[in-house]
Parts: sequence; structure tokens; C-alpha cells
Amino acid sequence: MKKYRLENRKGTWNYSAFAKAVVLATIFLVSCNQKEYHLQKVVGSKIAIDSSLTSVPEIEEYIAPFKKSLDVQMNEQLSYNPVSMYKSDYKLNTPIGNMMATIVRTQGAPVYKSRTGKSIDIVLLNNGGIRAGMPAGPVSMRSAYEIMPFDNEIVIAELTGDQVNELINYLIERKSAHPIDGLQILLNEDGTAASVLINDKPLDTNKVYHVATNDYLYNGGDNMSFFKDTPFTSFDYKIRNAMIDYFKKVDTLTFQRDHRFDYAH
Amino acid sequence: MERRKFIRNTSAGIVVGSALWSNYALANGILTAPELAAGTKKITILHTNDTHSHIEPISGGRNHGRGGVARRAALINKVREENPNSLLLDCGDIFQGTPYFNFYGGELEIKLMSMMGYDAATIGNHDFDNSIEGLYAQLPHATFDFVISNYDFSNTIMDDQIKTRKVIIKNGVRIGLFGLGIQLQGLVDPKMYKETVYNDPVEVAKDQVRLLREEDHCDIVICMSHLGYSYRGDKVSDVSLAAVTSGIDLIIGGHTHTFLDAPVLVKNAIGKDVLVNQVGCYGINLGRIDFYLNEGKIDKGMDVVYEL
Repeated sequence: MKKYRLENRKGTWNYSAFAKAVVLATIFLVSCNQKEYHLQKVVGSKIAIDSSLTSVPEIEEYIAPFKKSLDVQMNEQLSYNPVSMYKSDYKLNTPIGNMMATIVRTQGAPVYKSRTGKSIDIVLLNNGGIRAGMPAGPVSMRSAYEIMPFDNEIVIAELTGDQVNELINYLIERKSAHPIDGLQILLNEDGTAASVLINDKPLDTNKVYHVATNDYLYNGGDNMSFFKDTPFTSFDYKIRNAMIDYFKKVDTLTFQRDHRFDYAH
Repeated sequence: MERRKFIRNTSAGIVVGSALWSNYALANGILTAPELAAGTKKITILHTNDTHSHIEPISGGRNHGRGGVARRAALINKVREENPNSLLLDCGDIFQGTPYFNFYGGELEIKLMSMMGYDAATIGNHDFDNSIEGLYAQLPHATFDFVISNYDFSNTIMDDQIKTRKVIIKNGVRIGLFGLGIQLQGLVDPKMYKETVYNDPVEVAKDQVRLLREEDHCDIVICMSHLGYSYRGDKVSDVSLAAVTSGIDLIIGGHTHTFLDAPVLVKNAIGKDVLVNQVGCYGINLGRIDFYLNEGKIDKGMDVVYEL
């Protein structure tokens, strides 16, 4: 037994010496074969990809069926818009902004109710998030992608009365046509608040309000700091998908400017 | 035997390469580079970042009519004709940005990159937008490697699907690639990236450079980054990484959609130059870096010449 072990050990040693020799020889051979290079000069440039280049036909042909299938789905009429809507149409509130707020409430409320048993009190989005207008005519999936190219999703935050007060002050200070729903803010001529109602009732500082927004604004986008660290619910429902779902079930879009945010007289 | 083949390929490469270059340069009236001297090797790096599913040229807005994959392919083919010793690399955020991604999940983006002959890509935060499974599902369409060194995918479906470093030999020149991704926490929903572990880019970069230089004997080391070009504060970026490491020749980056007019030189930890570049987004530009190399170890009396 003992002898066998010794022999074995010796055998291993011999093998390992042989292996070392092979490795060394290989390294020697590789380094002989392998030349080394060093940098002499480096030239950097930026090349524009534009219409001066002729597309490779094979690539265009490969893309074509993907584009065709996508276009068919994107261009299919889902709804109809009788009057063009652009976010620059009016100050303080616009038909397209009112549409966005309505969509978030209409599509978000049933899901929120089923998940939490609670209702949405207020909707607040941002005017900057409306990335395109909606011309009069057929409304398609493409319309939703143009207006909302980002993948932001609906988030519902629980705000205290004080935090809602901050939200209202934010709107009054900025006087931008941020899409809102459930709120009515009327201004004096000097721009101060004449009256504020939440679902036709005055602000209750003891109440918790459920405010539907998107994840970008919830995380402090557009300086909406009143959402910071508030409890929230999200359910993986993209604003764009909410738009598409809404367009599919509403035959004609009839959004108008109203007095939800306006001067009092 | 192998050596003879190597020499034959090399000389043929130089003759064909330089002839094409002269023809191209003369035809375009932009003969800026001298003919390759005997023994000089030219390696061209082409790179993109943040292409964000932009397949067709951009429609509308300030970049209207720019970009387009079929045109990018034409440009790549032109450069490859001029110099067959070219590499094509992407620095992440291949996914998300047009309905092509929402409809096809990134399949077309990856298939087209394979058709264009990309050699490697690193991974951006938006490449997790259909979750780590969504990225994994597109891997069969890639004929190129995903190279990322600081994401530990051990406990995910991506385990063994990526390379932490890659060596490509072109005309005898050994080009080493490694990849760095941005911190995902706070940027990407954890349910998307699952148990992907983010490791410190600076420490990982130092390890990778050592492996590429000492074990793989690379002549050029390139970092493919999705860290972002530069930040206020101490968040790690391409510029800050360049300054605290050594042994990297080029950092090509992404994430911040930075349109640099020309690549930027940054002094590294031992006072040598590192080239840092990023070409905006959406396939509007193609970055191009031409490396000219001479045989032998670095001549201490000679500085590398940069034409930027």
C-alpha cells in the first residue's frame, strides 16, 4: 500500500514536470509566433447617417414585412376625432389635456378599485408629457404612440390634505395646462386663487386623497415634490395602453375646454 | 505552417486594403491619411450607442430624416471595403423607443445587427425593458456576443449567455474588449432585472484590463460602456473611469445620448491619453476610430499621434 502510494506520488511529480515543460514550450512558441504591436497614430471621426447614403436593398427588403405588419396594426382606426386638438390650443386647460386626464381616470379607476377597493379622487399629469397633437380624423394606435411615446405607467399616490394643498399651490403658481381631473381651481384676475373645489367639495385637510398620475411625475418629474415618499399603488398599466384601450371602446372623441382651471369670471 | 498562412494573409490584406483606401479617398477627394507604411497595421473601430429601436429614418422633430438602419448598413459596408480589418460595436440601449420594440420585442433590432455584422455589444438599462427574459429571448437572433463585465448574471437566466471579455484578432493585431453597465437599482424596476448583480465598474475595469493585457496579450484594449459620458458629482462615468484606470486605449460609451463633435482625450491614472467617444443616439451617427499600429514594443521616445 505504502509503496504504491509513493510510486503514485512520484508518477504525479514526473507528469507535472512534463506538463510544465509543455506549457513553457507552448508559451515560447506562442510568443515567437505572436507579434506585438503598439499604437502609432489614432484618427477619430463621426460620420452622419443621412439621405446622402444609399440604403442597402437587402436590409430594406428584410425590414419591409415587419414594417408592413406594424403599419397595418398602427394605422387601424380605433376611434374618431372630429376637431383637431393641440396642447397649445388654450391656456390653463385644453381638450387634449382633458382627454388624457379622463383616460387615466376611466381606465385606471376600475383596476384600482379591484386591487385596493379604493377610488381615484384626483388625476394630475403634465402638459409636457403630451408629445404630439391629435389632428381631426381617424384615431389609431399610432395616435397613441405619437402623443405618448414614453412607457410611463399609471401610479396612484395617497396624499394628505396638506400635500394636496401643495399640489394645488403648484398648479396656481405655474399656471400651466397640466391635465387635471376632479379638481376645480378658479383664479382672480391677479392670479391668486378665488376658489378651489375637489369633486365639488372644499379641501379637507384630514382626508387622504387618491391621486392618479404617472411614475415619472410620482418620482419628482417636473418638480412635483408633493409626491415624495407618499404611499402608492402601481399595476403595470402604461398610459399609452390605457389610451389604446379607451380609443377602442369610445366611438367618437368629444373633448372640450372647460372651467376646471380658469379665471373666475 | 500556420505562420506562413498568417504572413500571406497579412501582405495580401495590406495590398488590397491600401488599394481600396486610395481609390476611395481619391474618389471622394478626402485623402487625409498617408498610404500605410510597410509593417503598419490599420484597425478601424465603428461604433453606435442608444439606437433605441430606430429602424427607419427618424420622422418629425429636429432630427427628421436622419438615421435609418439600411443606410447605416451602407456606410458600414463602405468602411469595410476600405478597411477589411474593421470592428463594429454597440454600447447598449438597443431596445425601446419605437413601436418596433413594442410589437416585436427587439427581434428585428438584433436580427438587423447580426445582418450588419456587429462583432459585439454591451447591455444598456433599456435592454431590460421586456425584463431579463425578454433580453434572453432575443439572444438566439444574435450572431455577435454580448460583452459585459460588471453584471453578475449567475442567479439569472442570462448565466453563461454573455462574455466578460472578448479578444478579436484582426490582421494579427489582438483587440481586447470588455463591457461596463450602469447601476440598475433606481433606474430599472427590480422585477425586470431580477437577481442581476451590479459590480463596481472601476474595480472590474482594472481586473479586465489586467486580464486582457497580461493573459490575452492584447495590443489594443477597448471598453464598451453604458455608464454615461460624464456627470456632476462623483457618479462613475466614461470620463471618470478613464482618469482612474490605465491600460485602456478607447472607451466608447452610451446612456447619456451625448453628441460629441469629436472623440475626447482624457489623461489616465499614469498620465497617458485615453480616447473617449459617444455618438448621440437613434443611429444618427456612426463613430469611427482608426488605430494605426507598428510592430514591436512601445518606443519610449515616441508619443501616439491623435488626429481628432
